[in-house]
Amino acid sequence: MVSTTTAPFAEVASSNATLRAFLHGLPGVDRVGADARAAMLGTRSIKTTAKAQAIDLAISMVDLTTLEGADTPGKVRAMCAKAAHPDPTDPSVPRVAAVCVYPDLVATAVRALDGSGVKVASVATAFPSGRSSLEVKVADTALAVAAGAAEIDMVIDRGAFLSGDYLKVFEEITAIKAACGDAHLKVILETGELATYDNVRRASWLAMLAGADFIKTSTGKVQPAATLPVTLIMLEAVRDFRLRTGRVIGVKPAGGIRTTKDAIKYLVLVNETAGADWLNPDLFRLGASTLLNDLLMQRQKMATGRYAGPDYFTLD
Amino acid sequence: MFEYAPAPESREIVDIKPSYGLFIGGEWVDSLGEDHHKTINPASEEVLAEVAWATEADVDRAVQAARKAFATWSALPGSERAKYIFRIARIIQERSRELAVLETLDNGKPIRESRDVDLPLVAAHFFYYAGWADKLGYAGFGADPRPLGVAGQVIPWNFPLLMLAWKIAPALACGNTVVLKPAETTPLTALAFAEICRQADLPPGVVNIVTGAGETGAALVNHPGVDKVAFTGSTEVGRMIARSVAGTRKKLTLELGGKAANIVFEDAALDQAVEGIVNGIFFNQGHVCCAGSRLLVQESVADEVLDALKRRLSTLRLGDPMDKNTDIGAINSAAQLAKIRELSEAGVSEGAERWSPACPIPDRGFWFPPTVFTGVAQSHRIAREEIFGPVLSVLTFRTPAEAVEKANNTPYGLSAGVWTEKGSRILWMADRLRAGVVWANTFNRFDPTSPFGGFKESGYGREGGRHGLEAYLAV
Repeated sequence: MVSTTTAPFAEVASSNATLRAFLHGLPGVDRVGADARAAMLGTRSIKTTAKAQAIDLAISMVDLTTLEGADTPGKVRAMCAKAAHPDPTDPSVPRVAAVCVYPDLVATAVRALDGSGVKVASVATAFPSGRSSLEVKVADTALAVAAGAAEIDMVIDRGAFLSGDYLKVFEEITAIKAACGDAHLKVILETGELATYDNVRRASWLAMLAGADFIKTSTGKVQPAATLPVTLIMLEAVRDFRLRTGRVIGVKPAGGIRTTKDAIKYLVLVNETAGADWLNPDLFRLGASTLLNDLLMQRQKMATGRYAGPDYFTLD
Repeated sequence: MFEYAPAPESREIVDIKPSYGLFIGGEWVDSLGEDHHKTINPASEEVLAEVAWATEADVDRAVQAARKAFATWSALPGSERAKYIFRIARIIQERSRELAVLETLDNGKPIRESRDVDLPLVAAHFFYYAGWADKLGYAGFGADPRPLGVAGQVIPWNFPLLMLAWKIAPALACGNTVVLKPAETTPLTALAFAEICRQADLPPGVVNIVTGAGETGAALVNHPGVDKVAFTGSTEVGRMIARSVAGTRKKLTLELGGKAANIVFEDAALDQAVEGIVNGIFFNQGHVCCAGSRLLVQESVADEVLDALKRRLSTLRLGDPMDKNTDIGAINSAAQLAKIRELSEAGVSEGAERWSPACPIPDRGFWFPPTVFTGVAQSHRIAREEIFGPVLSVLTFRTPAEAVEKANNTPYGLSAGVWTEKGSRILWMADRLRAGVVWANTFNRFDPTSPFGGFKESGYGREGGRHGLEAYLAV
């Protein structure tokens, strides 16, 4: 049904020992160097036509997210309306890529977005901590898929990862992947808890080997969430994974991306690390809640030469 | 595709005069000679200004002005000298954007580098040595070390203002006065620095700037009134200076050429190593004496590293140095371009394989694409001679011992780089590499607190750090 590993690495996950040997055999990441590279790319100056192009691209890559205990069907419907028509006064604004909600609100979002082209993503697997049994996580996933989610954002078991039980993490991902059916699987590494860049690289490979369609930085519930250096390392991982397997995996930084300037830095990072092939919503997403309005504000400024006040942009 | 629109830095901020005289005794004076030359923007060949090439008589005036100022400057308490140097450092920070633009216009280096590397380091150098001025008794050179007198300083064109800072900051902190000659192709930031000295109310004659080429430099170095000679530039000229200074009382420091090995082991953090290779040789178009111009890569990862390097080089952006997104700027002069071309052609004719990414070259100005030579042998000229351009020679090794042997098998010894995730190997290599600087998991990192200088034909004496004071003290 679902292929678990990619051919060149068929044997890698045959035991925890082989998996560990593989992941620890990946080249290390030098923190100072990775930070410096990300900071240098952050100095790229994206102006005029390039900025206009980047803003529209960024809007089309947004996973508009609400993941609060206080979420209600009304709140989700409002957000879905915004996702389909980010600026109701300007039809040239692209729709966002997806909305991201908790499993119990998937059905509401699916109804609200019917025919809009905006996908519905759901977090699952005892989000955000991932602290539950595999049975519960699979059931959580199945619930979201049954309600119509096209994308599942799962969290890995960071405890298992940090204790060196890579096979447990791997097997959970394959089990969730199986439960996803046709839904795309985004695997959240929660890089803020993995702490080292070496771990980010290993977790990225682990997720890709186990069948992830996307690797995602964070739940947004842990600080630090997405950072440029962490995203750089994940982009290097998907680039190298394609070179070795031919499979193309997407990347989604999430959490803490609030301004157009931030979003553009991420696009530059994609452009100069994984390459232009990744510059589309099928392979790169920005998980964010407040970013969209800043993108709209900057877009309007580019078009009219003036900033409109925040009251001119809807808060949904 | 995501094309970056042009993002040029504005040049409105700089005010370049049509012509410049010499800065002697705190005043702008005309040269006694008639020799005037144009300095151009190497990216466009546009004339920026005309400068005088100082004669022997001009140099004599400058040395006399420095001698006169020495009496009072050296008698000032260190804390008073520090005030002037701190003030200079602050003015450099305040005017850093202007100075960065001027440097890029005259030198051809990308504005990103002059803005983010050169200028912050220039200011840091003045701040650092300002701090030493009242603490010289604690530097390890005796309780009250004395200055030497008048320093004659000759600097190169690759980091015009930064090399000026490396020379002038320690000299002034120690109580010397200086006559400095900037390179003939890049005099403008040194002349702007003369203005900064006036703005800082530095006493007249403490800093004198004489522009010109080799003859001016020779007149300065050979002047009997000079107590100390400091030179950064080619080994060939360094040899001439050493010869002419031999047998005199003059104290001499030389910072000369290099052919540094950048050594990548199989257990390195490869993505960062690739960045380090790029930064090692393509930073400042390879116009760096400590450039990592020889890549020594362990055979077991050679193919992987080279593939990654080529992929990375394809993203380098060559073009208008004033564009904020430019990575590779212009070659500084037609003469330097000719030298790079000559050595690159020698590389091909000696049998090495040449590769450059597809990259459009502007019509005007002096340009050379980033170039990688593979299949290079130790005996090839491109593995032995300093190219001083964006040209990397790739060699391989099998064992750490072989890496050391190849790295040291050069008449130079300015710098080296080691890339490995294994700490013990870094120390093992650093013990054996005969180079003044050994970078571990980084390259071309500079800091005013760190001494810099060469082994063998890369020169002698150290600049930077506490060690850098010694060159300007009677010890």
